[in-house]
Amino acid sequence: MNVIDVHGLVKRFGDKTVVDQVTMTVAKGEIVGFLGPNGSGKTTTIRIMCGLLTPDEGEGTVLGFNIRTDSLSIKREVGYMTQKFSFYEDLTIGENLEFVARLYRLKPLGEHVARTLEDLGLTSRRDQLAGTLSGGWKQRLALAACIMHKPKLLLLDEPTAGVDPKARREFWDEIHRLASGGLTVLVSTHYMDEAERCHRISYISYGKMLATGTVEEVVRNAGLTTFVLQGPRLDQVADALQGRPGVDQVAPFGATLHVVGSDRKKLEAALADVEKEHKGVTVSPGETSLEDVFIQFMSGSKDNMAKDNKG
Amino acid sequence: MNDLFSFARLGALLIKEFIQMRRDRITFAMMLGVPLMQLVLFGYAINNDPKSLPAALVAMSSDPYTRAMVSALQTTGYYRFDHVAQSAEEAEFLMARGDVAFVVTIPADFARRVERGDSPQFLIEADATDPAVASGAISTLGTVANQALLRARGMQATAAETARGQLEVVVHRRYNPEGISQYNIVPGLLGVILQMTMVMMTSIALTRETERGTMENLLAMPSSPLEIMLGKVLPYLAVGAVQVVVVLAAAKLLFGIPFIGSMSLLLTAVFIFVLALVLLGYTISTIARTQMQALQLTFFFFLPSILLSGFMFPYRGMPDWAQWFGEILPLTHFLRIIRAVMLKGAELPAVATEIGWLVVFVALFAGVALVRFRRTLD
Repeated sequence: MNVIDVHGLVKRFGDKTVVDQVTMTVAKGEIVGFLGPNGSGKTTTIRIMCGLLTPDEGEGTVLGFNIRTDSLSIKREVGYMTQKFSFYEDLTIGENLEFVARLYRLKPLGEHVARTLEDLGLTSRRDQLAGTLSGGWKQRLALAACIMHKPKLLLLDEPTAGVDPKARREFWDEIHRLASGGLTVLVSTHYMDEAERCHRISYISYGKMLATGTVEEVVRNAGLTTFVLQGPRLDQVADALQGRPGVDQVAPFGATLHVVGSDRKKLEAALADVEKEHKGVTVSPGETSLEDVFIQFMSGSKDNMAKDNKG
Repeated sequence: MNDLFSFARLGALLIKEFIQMRRDRITFAMMLGVPLMQLVLFGYAINNDPKSLPAALVAMSSDPYTRAMVSALQTTGYYRFDHVAQSAEEAEFLMARGDVAFVVTIPADFARRVERGDSPQFLIEADATDPAVASGAISTLGTVANQALLRARGMQATAAETARGQLEVVVHRRYNPEGISQYNIVPGLLGVILQMTMVMMTSIALTRETERGTMENLLAMPSSPLEIMLGKVLPYLAVGAVQVVVVLAAAKLLFGIPFIGSMSLLLTAVFIFVLALVLLGYTISTIARTQMQALQLTFFFFLPSILLSGFMFPYRGMPDWAQWFGEILPLTHFLRIIRAVMLKGAELPAVATEIGWLVVFVALFAGVALVRFRRTLD
């Protein structure tokens, strides 16, 4: 049985459809990355899954509980980490953990709190107000608080926003350690390197699920071709390439230029022309990255929205 | 596991709330300091029966009758003649400037008329822009003036004789024979203070969680609407209890307000009243989206409560529709109870209806709050 199994989720705020026919399945022990630009509906989808929002359409189960009728049961077995730090800043670290432990009726209380503080390495700072913690520590505290009751599913909403690379690395090591213990994780993120640490990713844009699968699958299914250009005056070459048929993206990477297109024939033709016009430029086949795919998705879905608006 | 209610979860919420209350020093100080400050300030300041009001005298002659009349007015305690005007124009000016509340004019032929047995007249002009100021000073006037006149003519004995056989009206000022304003104001202040602090504090209870972003987390954890409501409401019930003790102690020690009735009856009524107030505040909290809106709604409720409940102005003086409006304010009923129990020694049967009203408010507010509570973020 899948831990998350939802289909056809629709959520509207006013006349704006924020989540549009989202279907998603996540198996036990999987770490699934949930990607998409700002305002694409990631947070709303996660909130529907943990019972904080009722979908306008669609059905599904989380941990076998109906998302419409069993939200209390879901709440007990899900750990949800909000995007913004949402523990009490005027309570100390210890008091926050005790509060959570009491709400979940964890017994014995002191032991649970002490162990969590120990795991966090925060034992010496248990009497410090949570509001005085730095971003990285707040995030660790929030994670610790939402795994204290040993949930079966962890929903993390952009957990590493504003956190330094080392803390992010440690955070992800922790997530993998938990997943190997059987915990299922759905994590939304903006970072490509984080997406690549997931077993599977789902890409959502303007409420619509555009792609899902492993990183390799998503990249392969996108059907993009990438070439790497090297040579002098690449800025002029970039200008010359912009807008030519077959050229979808032109992006400088250090001393090279990445050119991406979805129509291989047209792209090759365009590059052949540019090669002739600009002396010394060499074209070699490159590897399409996840980021290229996402940027392609983003520009593509913007077009869709523009069309929708006109229609 | 019980979904609807668990003492452990309620305990978690209560402990959290008390810690937050303790940390928020200014709010905490306000909850205890404000009642005391208001009580002392208003208790000593407000007076419904003002005395020793400045008056101007325009006396055309200084015969014994005029002097007798002036001293009689002074002994009522209402008039303080600190201006002697030479002319009616000067007196008019003093009143227009607000220097005096009364102008007493005793005409030159006053003495002659008294002696001739004509009906003598003198004029008192009162500044009635504030009717309350003038009323007490004028109401006692008739008898005082007549007696003074009779005394001045050496006719005390005859006065008693003339009075015999005439209609006699006996007035008893029950429960407050000296007409001390504080007897009315101080018990009322307990209601007003509770009304303000209790509703205000609880009205921002949920909106504060929403604004700080902690509401999302609270809703994502297993806590039921009933637990959240009680978790927010009970701590303020405790604060209310402290306020009640402070105000009642001050009423006794500072103002010497008599306490005739049953303390346990009063405390029962106070408890139900405070419960109604915190539930009202919590209901506001479920309606308002921001703390600012919650405070605005609180004040929207607060002003009518003060003005139409009978705290500041006589309830029976209001038109019927306003009295009806007053009936839907918990403070109106509480004021009746506390005045009845404290000052009149009323027993349960006398205040049962009013207590019944308060119970209805409790049930109503609790019901609305639970229905209005948004369990989701929709």
